[in-house]
Amino acid sequence: MIIAVASGKGGTGKTTIATSLALSLAADRKQDLPASSPPLFLDCDVEAPNGHLFLKPVFLERQEVGILIPQVDEAKCSHCGKCADACQYHAIAVLGKKTLVFPQLCHGCGSCTLMCPEGAISETLDVLGVLERGPTSSGVDFARGVLNIGEPMAVPVIRQLKRWANPKFGQVVIVDASPGTSCPVVEAVRGADYLLLVTEPTPFGLHDLKLAVQVARELNIPAGVVINRDQDAPSIDHKYPLVDDFCEHEGLPVLMRIPFERRIAEGIAQGNNLVEIHPETILLFQQLFIQIVNGVQMSLYPASV
Amino acid sequence: MKIILTTASPSLDSDIDPRFGRGAYLLIVDPDTLEWQAFPNPGASAPGGAGVQAAQFVCNQKIDVVISGDFGPHAYQALNAASLPMYIYGSSVTARQVIERFKAGQLQRVGVATRGECDQGHSGVG
Repeated sequence: MIIAVASGKGGTGKTTIATSLALSLAADRKQDLPASSPPLFLDCDVEAPNGHLFLKPVFLERQEVGILIPQVDEAKCSHCGKCADACQYHAIAVLGKKTLVFPQLCHGCGSCTLMCPEGAISETLDVLGVLERGPTSSGVDFARGVLNIGEPMAVPVIRQLKRWANPKFGQVVIVDASPGTSCPVVEAVRGADYLLLVTEPTPFGLHDLKLAVQVARELNIPAGVVINRDQDAPSIDHKYPLVDDFCEHEGLPVLMRIPFERRIAEGIAQGNNLVEIHPETILLFQQLFIQIVNGVQMSLYPASV
Repeated sequence: MKIILTTASPSLDSDIDPRFGRGAYLLIVDPDTLEWQAFPNPGASAPGGAGVQAAQFVCNQKIDVVISGDFGPHAYQALNAASLPMYIYGSSVTARQVIERFKAGQLQRVGVATRGECDQGHSGVG
């Protein structure tokens, strides 16, 4: 089963929730969990991966990844322009008697190569980043993609990370997505069985949650919400109920609430995980997992529930 | 001779548009007769690669000179490959003024991408 963690707004606690969930599934069993082994954690936020800070993997394997970009043999090129017409990303242009390739615009689709009547285009690997994987002391398997600095395209790295990661049979996969709702997020959460949306009770958190919910609906993935920095505490008089109102209106279950607490912020700033700061939350994350499994079953077999 | 320049609206009396890749219109002008023809810039709404798209369009028009307020690194590379001379507006306001100043030899010719060296970040990524 694949559980993706996304948010819309950045900094709501995706990695906190994703890593805590992973550690809780790997922890000593306090409950009868429907998971057979410690999970595989996939850090798909390839532009700024940070899951390793909390799970501390030892990387044993590493592979460079990229896309195949065109290389034009000017001796064979007749400058007919069919390659430029075929390219919807304007990554290849025929300018008088020269054909130019713009690697940063290329998506590696191969259309130009297919359309070239002269056989003047060959393809070479343009390295965009690396994939790394290895074990952690908690038992969680860890894999991540890292996009090279200055490269604009995260999607090919995410796509190849998901292919390369290779979970064990029956192993739960936890995907940590990037913020936002653009292509890298869609690529990260595509194929997930459940989408966990982490938000915070602020206007910005709500605004981006609405966008993230649309992604879930478009991809037909059942979703639930975790409200982080929840201000439902007697000491705080700025409660923002609109996130709860929205979830109720949309029929989105609020599966968990993390309080707005100084001790948590300090612990995370020191590189500790939520389950290290508050060990009792392991039980809550195991319950969260059971709710997710129920949510997946409900979406697959709605009539039986 | 044919000159192409980026303008805000399809007219010789239009204000200039200082952006090349995302300028609203491309205006082709004959500087001697002042006959003109306007095209919506195909790069204006491109999700990425606007400069290359606009440059490809310009190259297909068989023109002699390109004038705009700014040429990004990709657009510069493309127009340079096509051996098209590039000039920048300077303080001109309307397309008509630009043509007059070009004819008087008052526009500056571009030697390198206007912002290319110090601002690679915006090329081709929206």
